[in-house]
Amino acid sequence: MDKIKRQLTSSSKATRQDRIGKLVAFLCTFLIGLLVVSIFYMVASRGLATFFKDHVSLWDFLSHQNWNPSQVGKDGTPEVGALPMIVGSFSVTVLSAILATPFAVSMALFMTEIAPKRGQKVLQPVIELLVGIPSVVYGFVGLTIVVPVVRALGGGTGFGILSGTLVLFVMVLPTITSMYVDSLRSVPGFYREAALALGATRWQSIYKVILRASVPGLLTAIIFGMARAFGEALAVQMVIGNASLLPHDLISPASTLTSVLTTGIGNTVMGTLPNNALWSLALILLLMSLAFNLLVRVIGSKGRLTK
Amino acid sequence: MANIITTRNVRLYYGDHEALHGIDLDFPKNQITALIGPSGSGKSTFLRCLNRMNDLVSGVTITGSLKLDGKDIYSPQTDVVALRKKVGMVFQQPNPFPFSVFDNVAFGLRLAGIKDHKLIQERVETSLKQAAVWEEVKDNLTDNALSFSGGQQQRICIARVLAVQPEIILMDEPTSALDPVSAGKIEELLLDIQDKFTVAIVTHNMQQASRISDRTAFFLDGKLVETGSTKQLFMAPKQEATSDYLNGKFG
Repeated sequence: MDKIKRQLTSSSKATRQDRIGKLVAFLCTFLIGLLVVSIFYMVASRGLATFFKDHVSLWDFLSHQNWNPSQVGKDGTPEVGALPMIVGSFSVTVLSAILATPFAVSMALFMTEIAPKRGQKVLQPVIELLVGIPSVVYGFVGLTIVVPVVRALGGGTGFGILSGTLVLFVMVLPTITSMYVDSLRSVPGFYREAALALGATRWQSIYKVILRASVPGLLTAIIFGMARAFGEALAVQMVIGNASLLPHDLISPASTLTSVLTTGIGNTVMGTLPNNALWSLALILLLMSLAFNLLVRVIGSKGRLTK
Repeated sequence: MANIITTRNVRLYYGDHEALHGIDLDFPKNQITALIGPSGSGKSTFLRCLNRMNDLVSGVTITGSLKLDGKDIYSPQTDVVALRKKVGMVFQQPNPFPFSVFDNVAFGLRLAGIKDHKLIQERVETSLKQAAVWEEVKDNLTDNALSFSGGQQQRICIARVLAVQPEIILMDEPTSALDPVSAGKIEELLLDIQDKFTVAIVTHNMQQASRISDRTAFFLDGKLVETGSTKQLFMAPKQEATSDYLNGKFG
């Protein structure tokens, strides 16, 4: 009697396995969540110290043009104007995305609509290879080829936003292309069939139906590309010239948030203002990538509604 | 009675495999012709020959004569785009574009280069009325067509075809993905528009064929077994295979 009772009330093997599985999954998720939260905490606590501990005003930080954190300016506040870097980062990001998008759209259309077989065989591996090349290689190629060409054509030193844009263009092109290819592939084939049956030419069915149906996917791809461009440090640092000046044209040395961070972080002492100011730049970077992510989600959910 | 489409000895090959074995079938103007037969009997394949949708499938060759208004559909001089404007098609799965209802129905008109917004508006309204879906969508013309029910979507697709004012409409099992009420609405609208359009409809539903069609063609294994007026074919089939199929002995 007791034995039967025990058998009936104790949990089965399957239930125990189920519990263990749940526990492991929960722990892993919790760990990752904790990691994200602690990164945010770390960056925010240091980055905000510039404003709370060192009493730099947020507005000055965002709008002043002089970046020289170890010096005190004429008005008695430290020179931590991040505007040149913010402008630099946004310029290279937006310009490279604008430059890359038409190429990415044509390549993706070629791979999915015009020559699916050849596209699959030739372009797919090329794009995957481009994604896998380390950024220092891109930077090196930029330094030895792009910078001299820009110097020869545009004058100046060759370092600057234009060189940064050109290098980033090659780096974000495969990102945008491969994501847009996925989104074009997910456009149902019967849209094409329906368009053709209504008397559309092949080109009309591509640009009036398939392109239009895949606009949310294209926007998502572009934003992912921009997120990559915005966060890219090494390659950009090698070709942009690293001068913390507000850029007045595309061919004079400039800097981005990431390039200032990589050059500066090793030369400052933890807990001092110059170090904290760099953390503030990192905070801006982090918030921007968060913004990019949110944007992707908003577009994604809108895209689902229209599907 | 004039035949709008005449076909003689149509054979279709997938590579070396012959899928249609010499079909002779005519479609009289302003009548509904039903194509019935078990799955894989070639009725959909035959239907898709009529607007050259089989061109999209690689490895397909078609021989024989297919004529629309006396002109060869497969002649090298045929403008496929113009042909498909004359021969509209409604598919098995409702397939509206992910645009607004208005843009869906106006799609073919805009393709045809019609810029006059008023004319487009009129045509969209007439087509939606003909497709018996106007009352349900008239207040939501800017809503995404995919936000409507399956039956409504299919009628929007029919309106999209009607707007181009084709001469003949091919329907490939247009109601098989729909519930009986929605299917009934589509049958009614077919009866309403048949004085203006010629319809060729593939259906698995023999009651549907007997309710709406004027003529019926029975396909089996890539052959046209029997064709005749719907009444004659259902009441007094000449071939044993037809009678067996109608009585549910196979298929």
